[in-house]
This record gives sequence, structure tokens and C-alpha cells, in this order.
Amino acid sequence: MALAARRQDRQTIPVSFTLNGRQQEIDVEPHELLLDVVRDRLGLTGAKRSCDVEVCGACTLLVDGRPVSACTTLAFEVRGRSVLTIEGLAENGKLHPLQEAFIEHGGFQCGFCTPGMILAAKALLDENPDPSEAELKHFMHGNLCRCTGYKKIIESIMAAAKKMRA
Amino acid sequence: MLGRFRLEEPEKLAEASELLGRYGESAKIYAGGTELLLAMKEGLVRYERLINVKKLGLNQIGSENGALKIGALCTHRELENSPLLQQRLPAFANLEHHVANVRVRQAGTLGGNLCFAEPHADPGTLLIALEAKMIAARGESTRAISAEAFFVDAFETSLAADELLTEIHVPAPDSERKCAYLKFGYLERPSVGVGIALSLRDGGVSDVRIAVGCAGPAPRRVPEAEALLSGKSKDEATRNLGQAGAIAGRASEAISDLHGAQDYKEHIVGVLLKRAFQSAVS
Repeated sequence: MALAARRQDRQTIPVSFTLNGRQQEIDVEPHELLLDVVRDRLGLTGAKRSCDVEVCGACTLLVDGRPVSACTTLAFEVRGRSVLTIEGLAENGKLHPLQEAFIEHGGFQCGFCTPGMILAAKALLDENPDPSEAELKHFMHGNLCRCTGYKKIIESIMAAAKKMRA
Repeated sequence: MLGRFRLEEPEKLAEASELLGRYGESAKIYAGGTELLLAMKEGLVRYERLINVKKLGLNQIGSENGALKIGALCTHRELENSPLLQQRLPAFANLEHHVANVRVRQAGTLGGNLCFAEPHADPGTLLIALEAKMIAARGESTRAISAEAFFVDAFETSLAADELLTEIHVPAPDSERKCAYLKFGYLERPSVGVGIALSLRDGGVSDVRIAVGCAGPAPRRVPEAEALLSGKSKDEATRNLGQAGAIAGRASEAISDLHGAQDYKEHIVGVLLKRAFQSAVS
């Protein structure tokens, strides 16, 4: 009884948002992190908990098209917004040009950083469809990769950008 | 995982002040959370309540009689992309462009950055050189705190417990006023930062303002170094840069840590001061 009463005391916030194009309604407690809600409650495990201090980008999600560190975003902050995870990038089984480019140009090895890398690249190209290499590197500065040495990631993004501009 | 807390979402400044007054140390202001949530995740701080201040409309950027008024809730991203800042204070817009990474810039606010007072941060240093004023509100009343007096120590500002930083004012820069900010670092946060502002008139340098940050616990203005450059011809000031740099290095209160040894940081202060001066006068 006491436990139930205590639970009643807990503040919950209704969060209505679109996730990969679909409307969602969930209740979250204020302290819940977006990364945990997306991975554990919504079962989308593309975003990874890696550094947990907003430095590495493995947890990158797009909220209203802009990259955020899901590891350090409170879940309630997406109310009224649109969230895109890597699982929502392909449409009806057709890969996004960025995903195709990463495959074609070898932009990943172990794949751990790749969901965040591709989402960040999408945010870059949506904002700046024809970035210089310097602009690309600056934008992608916060997405770390331990495998590739970045060269093929840059090539993949530039190739995707070219395809998307055509 | 974060510890549980209650969320308060005031829609008026007076409400926010009242909440701060009522709950004291058990409550904390929450804006972008890019510093606060990290500290909470690591268990360094715990709060029963977070007061979300993003509904207070404090994210305007405007100009009044030439002076720039920057809302404390402006994100670094909004600032780096602001046409007004790019035009009127390009050195500051450029500083904001280089804060952390794009995700931190997307969520993190200038006010949060200044109030959290993490030593390894950029904006405070340049704001000191620009003679900015921080506007603090408590209920209906406000006061202006000079940037110079705002930073007390690592993670400590001169804001009272129930005060809210609402705006940052930068005095009207005239066409002869030049400024520059340079930083150095190879870890995630900057290790050394130097800001300079000066007036260039008829080959002479005047009204120099120098600030050093990141190397020590808080950003500091360095009047002793300014005196070596102010009121001098450009050539004479240039000759004094080495000495000014050494003074500024010592004034930075540099500490030996993962970012580097004390003498290394002091040396880098000197290098950055030289380069910032040359950038400003060219």
C-alpha cells in the first residue's frame, strides 16, 4: 500500500512526439534520459551509450532535425518535437543516400559509431547541402570513430552530398 | 542514470525567483543541462528539484543604442548563427562557433555556461575583455554585474542563491574597437584562452582589455599587462608583448593538471596573447 502511494507521488510528464514519422504518446519521469527511453522502452538500440559525457556522438539522435546527445537529454524535452533515430532513416526498405554511401565507400568497420555518424551527417547536409571539407570536419568534430581514421567517413559523406544534390 | 527529481516549469521570471527562494539549495536552475546533467550523472551534485527556465523567453538577441543584449537562454548554436552577432561581434560569434561540439552547442546556453563557471570554458574570458555586464534578476529587481566581477572561483559566480542571470550586455563597439579570442587545447575542453579588445587610432593602441581563462580556476582580467600596451604606438606595444604575455601567464593562476603543467600553460598564454594582439591590430 505504502509503495503504491509513494508511486502515486511520482511526477510523470506526458510526452507526445513523433518518432521516425510516427506519433507516440508516452509518460516519462523528469529524470529519464532520452537515450534510455529510446533504447529500453522503445527498443531502438541503434543509438549507443558510449562516453556518456556528450563527447563521442555515439548516442546522436536528431530532434527537429538537429543533432543532440541523447545520453544527456532529458526525455521530456522531446514533447511536441520530432525525433529521428537511425532505424527511421531508410524508407520502405530503401536506404538513405548516406547509408548507401557509407556502404559503397567503406565508411564503417565495427559500426558502433555509425548510427550517430550518419545522423549527424544527415543534419549537416540538411543544413548545408554543399559543405567544404573544413565545414564538414567542423560539424562532425563531435562524432568519434576508433576504427576508420575518418578518411572514408569524409569520403562517404561527400559522396552522399553529391548524390543528394543531383 | 540520474537520481529522481521534481521538475518545475515557471512561465514567469517572478515565479522562477520565488521557486529559487523557496527551495534554496535543494533546487537548481536547468536550461540546456549540458554541464548540470553531467555533474548529476556523476553523482557530484543532487537536487530535489530542477527549475526549467526555458519557458521564460530569455533567448532574444537584440541591440539597444548600439549595445548588444544577449538573452541568457540563447544557445551557443543560436549565437554562432546570429546575423547580428556575426556582423557586430564577429570575434564572439566565432568563439561560440568553436564551443565544444555541435550537439553541446545545440542544447547548451550562454547563461548556463557562465553560471556553471566551469574553468575550461571560453565565453567568460572574451566577455571580460569586451567589458560585458551580466544582468541578474531577483523578483522584480535587477542588478548589473561586470563580467570581471562575475567569476569568483571554479564553479562559483557572484550570483546570489536566489538570483537568475537573464541577460548579457555588451557595450556598443565602435568601428575603431578591435577584439580577438584565441584558445588552445587538445582535450575535449580548452586548456588556455586569451581575449583582447583594444582601440586602434592613428597608429596608436589604447583602452586595451586583456583577459585570460581556462588555465586557472576562473577567467581573469589582467590590468598589469594592459598597461604595457595601452597608450603605446603599435610598434612599442608589439615590443612589449613578451613581457605582457609573461605577466598575463602568471595572472592566469594556472594549475598543473591533465591539461598541462603550470609553466606550459603560462607559456601558452604568452603565445596566444601575442597572436591575439596581432590578429586584433591587423
